[in-house]
Amino acid sequence: MRGQEAREQAGRKALMATLAHAAADEIASLWNESGLPSEAEILRGPETGLVTVRGRIGGGGAPFNVGEATVTRATVRLPSGRVGHSYALGRDKDKAKLAAIADALWQDPAHRETVESKLIAPLRAALDAARETRRVETAATKVDFFTMVRGED
Amino acid sequence: MYVAVKGGEAAIANAHRLLADRRRGDRSVPALRLDQIVEQLALGVDRVMSEGSLYDRELAALAVVQARGDMIEAIFLVRAYRTTLPRFGYTNPVDTGAMQVERRVSATYKDLPGGQVLGPTFDYTHRLLDPELAAGAGVETPAQRPVEAEAMPRVSAILAREGLIEADGDMPLDHVPGDITREPLQFPMARDIRLQALSRGDEGFLLALGYSTQRGYARNHPFVGEIRIGEVELELDVPELPFAVPLGSIRVTECQMVNQFKGSAKAPPQFTRGYGLVFGQSERKVMAMALCDRALRAGELGEDVVAAAQDEEFVISHSDNVQATGFVEHLKLPHYVDFQAELGLVRRMRAEYEARENEDKAAEEKREAAE
Repeated sequence: MRGQEAREQAGRKALMATLAHAAADEIASLWNESGLPSEAEILRGPETGLVTVRGRIGGGGAPFNVGEATVTRATVRLPSGRVGHSYALGRDKDKAKLAAIADALWQDPAHRETVESKLIAPLRAALDAARETRRVETAATKVDFFTMVRGED
Repeated sequence: MYVAVKGGEAAIANAHRLLADRRRGDRSVPALRLDQIVEQLALGVDRVMSEGSLYDRELAALAVVQARGDMIEAIFLVRAYRTTLPRFGYTNPVDTGAMQVERRVSATYKDLPGGQVLGPTFDYTHRLLDPELAAGAGVETPAQRPVEAEAMPRVSAILAREGLIEADGDMPLDHVPGDITREPLQFPMARDIRLQALSRGDEGFLLALGYSTQRGYARNHPFVGEIRIGEVELELDVPELPFAVPLGSIRVTECQMVNQFKGSAKAPPQFTRGYGLVFGQSERKVMAMALCDRALRAGELGEDVVAAAQDEEFVISHSDNVQATGFVEHLKLPHYVDFQAELGLVRRMRAEYEARENEDKAAEEKREAAE
């Protein structure tokens, strides 16, 4: 049971991470194609506020406050009674609402598969592709040192 | 007695209307869009985010346009905006070791795990103006090198294995990180609070102070152990979820400055460290921050405080350009009554001075006449 609960939480966290990274219009257009219901009662927000970003002294030492970032969050309840939350950097309220509905739908066994396959999988693929492009572009700027041999010995 | 003088409403309204017109400029030139600023003036946007202490590209771009490109005015706008928003909490500390690196260089180790990765740098350019850019020439797509992903441990971790470098900065276990947006500055201050102030501090001011340490004012023999730029993930603990909620990623620049240290009564000879971490891509700022962080640790390391860069109260009290510009620029606001009072005072002092001069002169003439 414990392992299953942990897997459940990891899956939900991964969903939230993908939605947080995705652009609002991508989520909206995939949603339209997915046939997922978007009916929900808003319990909180969508509202924009601040989080204070923390770093660590020296990279790994004691925490310190670096500065703030805008975050928008929403909480919704589906007609089924399931409650979903969303948090993401930025100020996009439409995205916050859709992401909260996606979170609530994902918790419903009747919708999870559709949310994963029609929404999250394509978003994740696009994010992974963008990251991979950036990685190989960065890798092309890696310095290959070579030694010049001069003289007889 | 205080007498209020009113007036100038119409002049102010028309001045702001004129400002809006001049900001827009020639109407036959297309207006800038915020996405153009975000994409093409990215480092200016980063500076506004870093010193405005608010990570939000679109808002920073809006501030740049609204301020007509005046960076400190833009930073001021962003600082004012953030006071209007509620606070959701403090994120978990970012893990810069897990950064998706876009640039990483070390001046201390040539062959370090992950290597020297130049990324999109101005270094090694010839600093020649490019007429083709002015003519709107197209740009090549970046080269790609499909290699296996490699871990990039922080350089400080490599040096630490030899035991010749101090550890990452620790605080007592019960220490709660200070927050200068919540509590007024108090001196002496802990290193975590100094770092918060430095991270939002004015780039030019910190650059000049960092430079001063290199020129011999608080010399501390710095090397760039590592600079890395890239995206780090943010997570926030919230009561409604049983795990830290992912928020997305932000781009930051980190600098590990390594400083030779000959030892003191308080610490043995070793490499000491200065640290910098700022929003966005800003190497100059982060290096200056790390130099100042190290210089400001003089007391902790048992060094003599002999230079401006080591003086915590001097550096931190004057590093905030919004505060600095507020106090300097308030001088141009009406001081008519103050000035009238000063004018009366100077007139009286001048009259007294002249009366004294005349007395002295008369006395001298009398003496000469007597001789």
